[in-house]
Amino acid sequence: MSPAAAPPAVEFDASAPWQKARSVALRPEPFGALVYHFGNRKLSFLKSRTLVAVVESLADHPTATATLVACGVTEAQRPAYVKALADLARSQMIERRTA
Amino acid sequence: MTAVLPARSDRPVGGRLVDQFEYGLDAPICLTWELTYACNLACVHCLSSSGRRDPRELSTAEAEAVIDELQRMQVFYVNVGGGEPTVRPDFWHLLDYAIGHDVGVKFSTNGIKLDKARAQQLARTDYVDVQISLDGATAEVNDAVRGTGSFATATRALENLAEAGMKDFKVSVVVTRENAGQLDDFKALTDRYGAQLRITRFRPSGRGADVWDRLHPTQAQQRELYAWLLANGDQVLTGDSFFHLSALGESLPGLNLCGAGRVVCLIDPVGDVYACPFAIHENFLAGNVRDEGGFQRVWQSSELFADLRNPQTGGACTKCAHFDACRGGCMAAKFFTGLPLDGPDPECVQGYGETALAARDLDLVTPRSSVDHSHKGPVRGQPTLLGIPSIPSKICDESPLAGLDLR
Repeated sequence: MSPAAAPPAVEFDASAPWQKARSVALRPEPFGALVYHFGNRKLSFLKSRTLVAVVESLADHPTATATLVACGVTEAQRPAYVKALADLARSQMIERRTA
Repeated sequence: MTAVLPARSDRPVGGRLVDQFEYGLDAPICLTWELTYACNLACVHCLSSSGRRDPRELSTAEAEAVIDELQRMQVFYVNVGGGEPTVRPDFWHLLDYAIGHDVGVKFSTNGIKLDKARAQQLARTDYVDVQISLDGATAEVNDAVRGTGSFATATRALENLAEAGMKDFKVSVVVTRENAGQLDDFKALTDRYGAQLRITRFRPSGRGADVWDRLHPTQAQQRELYAWLLANGDQVLTGDSFFHLSALGESLPGLNLCGAGRVVCLIDPVGDVYACPFAIHENFLAGNVRDEGGFQRVWQSSELFADLRNPQTGGACTKCAHFDACRGGCMAAKFFTGLPLDGPDPECVQGYGETALAARDLDLVTPRSSVDHSHKGPVRGQPTLLGIPSIPSKICDESPLAGLDLR
């Protein structure tokens, strides 16, 4: 494991710009996707295809919230998606983008 | 790449991952790849009946092609084993090739080739994991099943890895009746080298079938193991192999499900693809990586794997209150003890396995694999568990004073 690949965990701020971490790969699966971090070799799962679309397109939008809106996540679903993104941030699967 | 497995109409949308996994994945989460049947040891419980190299084993170029395919399918890591994988002359090349193609490698070895230089090389390599097999926390217990001198070989490898500054290497233990009482000792031994302990379930596969009656843990040991796992589980890896114990109460951490053909499989040294590393038998053979369409076609289109990708809906176990916890246990354990696949695991912790074993026909012949690469002649240090006399490694090892305490 590369010690350099483990920056300190970040608090998730949905009003900030995010992206899929550079050392992370997504593998599509019928239920969503498998997420793999080549640096810390952690494996995770995205349990819906919408969440896959969100993670894939984070980099195209100014904020995480804007990404959720663009992917058609309703107001009611938003807390669940923010929580999922926060979990992904904690496990370094997504990272803050510099504007 | 987009998801290619047919989204079967009965696959649930959302819900628990374990329910999704029963319907299979587009590619394995991780697969086991045995690189050779050749092995310097002759462990009595070898799951793949290894010993002699098979002349049909995949060439270097064919192995590279498999790695290319795994990269395309985004199989992010493989468990490499054997046989003893490091005795393949191209082992270190294939290791580098896999890592260079985004396929991480975790390999299992008895330590025979892990000298100081190799240990340093591994310590410098990202994205490789090593696990050293040890089946006793003492030489006495270990060598009885793995052969004279194998404890010394393994601990020398552990010393070399620790000295080289290797991080996160593992000590891999198959839990048997003989070593089930040594779990704390294994933990202490592993801590001493700065390694991590991995314990897995003993199955009646390969030569394991010959010694299963003698070596599989007793019911009392299983209950102790379960308690030990609940107390120590967060620091110990298990390959999620003890899910049958979950029927004792609280679920163990990890995936409580038989992953055979659904999320895991085995590629054997000649390229045959089996549902799981413990199921080397023609009934579980899905195809060969040399076939047209390669591994991907076998994984995604074989009839056998399609059959396995369904939740179990019938059989005695589905009526049991604990079915959701243990999911009927291990397919290979049932098969090689001659039990029906939709019935209880032979080590069912509710006791149904023992009843089922006792109810087998007296003239039942348990299935045996036709794949057997066991050494035919004597092997240096051959284990003595079965009462076969060991061959002294040097004639002077058999001193007339051996065993005498001269102090």
